[in-house]
Amino acid sequence: MDFQGYGDLLIQGAGITLRLAVGAVALGLILGLSGAALKLSRNKLARAVGNGYTDLFRGLPELLVVLIFYYGAETLLRHVVNDLLGIDTYVEISPFLGGVLALGLIFGAYSSEVFRGAVLSIPKGHVEAAKSFGMTPFLTYRRIILPQVWRVALPGLGNLFLVTLKDTALVSVIGLDELMRAANTAGRSTRDYFTFLMAAALLYLALTVLSMAVIHLLERRASRGHLGAAGH
Amino acid sequence: MGTGAVALEVRGIHKTFGQLEVLKGISLTARDGDVISILGSSGSGKSTFLRCLNLLENPDKGSIRLRGEELSLKPERGNGLVAANAKQLATFRSRMGFVFQNFNLWPHLTILENIMEAPVQVKKQPKAEVRERALALLDKVGIAAKRDFYPAHLSGGQQQRAAIARALCMEPEVILFDEPTSALDPELVSEVLGVMRALAEEGRTMLVVTHEMNFARDVSSEVIFLHQGHIEEQGPPAQIFSQPKTDRVRQFLTNHLS
Repeated sequence: MDFQGYGDLLIQGAGITLRLAVGAVALGLILGLSGAALKLSRNKLARAVGNGYTDLFRGLPELLVVLIFYYGAETLLRHVVNDLLGIDTYVEISPFLGGVLALGLIFGAYSSEVFRGAVLSIPKGHVEAAKSFGMTPFLTYRRIILPQVWRVALPGLGNLFLVTLKDTALVSVIGLDELMRAANTAGRSTRDYFTFLMAAALLYLALTVLSMAVIHLLERRASRGHLGAAGH
Repeated sequence: MGTGAVALEVRGIHKTFGQLEVLKGISLTARDGDVISILGSSGSGKSTFLRCLNLLENPDKGSIRLRGEELSLKPERGNGLVAANAKQLATFRSRMGFVFQNFNLWPHLTILENIMEAPVQVKKQPKAEVRERALALLDKVGIAAKRDFYPAHLSGGQQQRAAIARALCMEPEVILFDEPTSALDPELVSEVLGVMRALAEEGRTMLVVTHEMNFARDVSSEVIFLHQGHIEEQGPPAQIFSQPKTDRVRQFLTNHLS
């Protein structure tokens, strides 16, 4: 294929796509764990907050969330900084940050269900054993539950990561030069859409294959001690 | 019924599940070196009673004293009595070992890590010191070679011996055993009972909920027979096993001592 000087733009775009996905997942994992903790709480209000969060972000189209978040958050922030705090400065959310926030919130909503299921799958006896030694709930969560949640949740999380990797293409609409937009730009300039869309497709697939390899490695690591598991 | 100092004193434990009154006021005193076997048919409340002692189950009424110190309890709606002071409960629990029917080893940790976890994380003891003690305990229960294996790679009997070593590593003052051999294949029962016998001989204070009549008769200092939530009979094993006072106990022993 002849990239007519746009090869670098595509590679840079793929790099931004990967960073966007990793950033969103990093944020989303924190939100997902918190969301699961809220949903499993004994406190009614906490449960309502957790369920409200996941219902909201699972119920809206991803594209809409990206748009609302980008424009809405910027307007809100501008209002707070300029009008409420009285600071006269130009406020702007970068498309990258907007994308990380929107996709992170979506990943968090879906992953909190994955985490919740994983926590519920841990036998009660493991927690009772921890209690019987006087472990605090926090220590039990950190030392006994989380390491096991990780193992159970990884396949589901890996799946969600691949979805997020592709959802990054949505952020092209708010002007981030990630892979999709880079391909589009190159196609428009050269009037050779097909070449650049195919190149983008191959790059997406390459990122997917790379991610799957990493996920598989993590799964092996997390499955230590389990008979018949990948790590055995 | 030993003559040592009182280690654990339990008074008037009541527990209701819904409409069903499972425990109707159980009391017992364990002195240092006592091995108390708690017998009874299934549904008699014996496991629930044991689980009430370290609040894995919340009793509705009753008091628990460890070396004279009373565990402060407060009522919580719909939940019976809960610990009034989480710190005190944690300390109490760390002083009472608990061995579960299903072992409940943590599958993501090796056997050695399982044993070292609570002394290091809860008691904050130095790792090197705990490790030395853990290795000695593994040797004592006869699975030293399995220290770097994960629980899933061990037989049930080996897992239960590891769980006993895990409880011992906390250096508890009393050890509670909740049907420790009931989940085991018959041929693996004796290796666990052998370890428990050795512990009894070295003077450990133990409360054992069990169906192993030979163990109860030969090893314990006292036998308590529970029926429908109250103590039907209580006394030294020689008396209970040779001259049971009630027909119910006699019938139970006939069925179980085959």
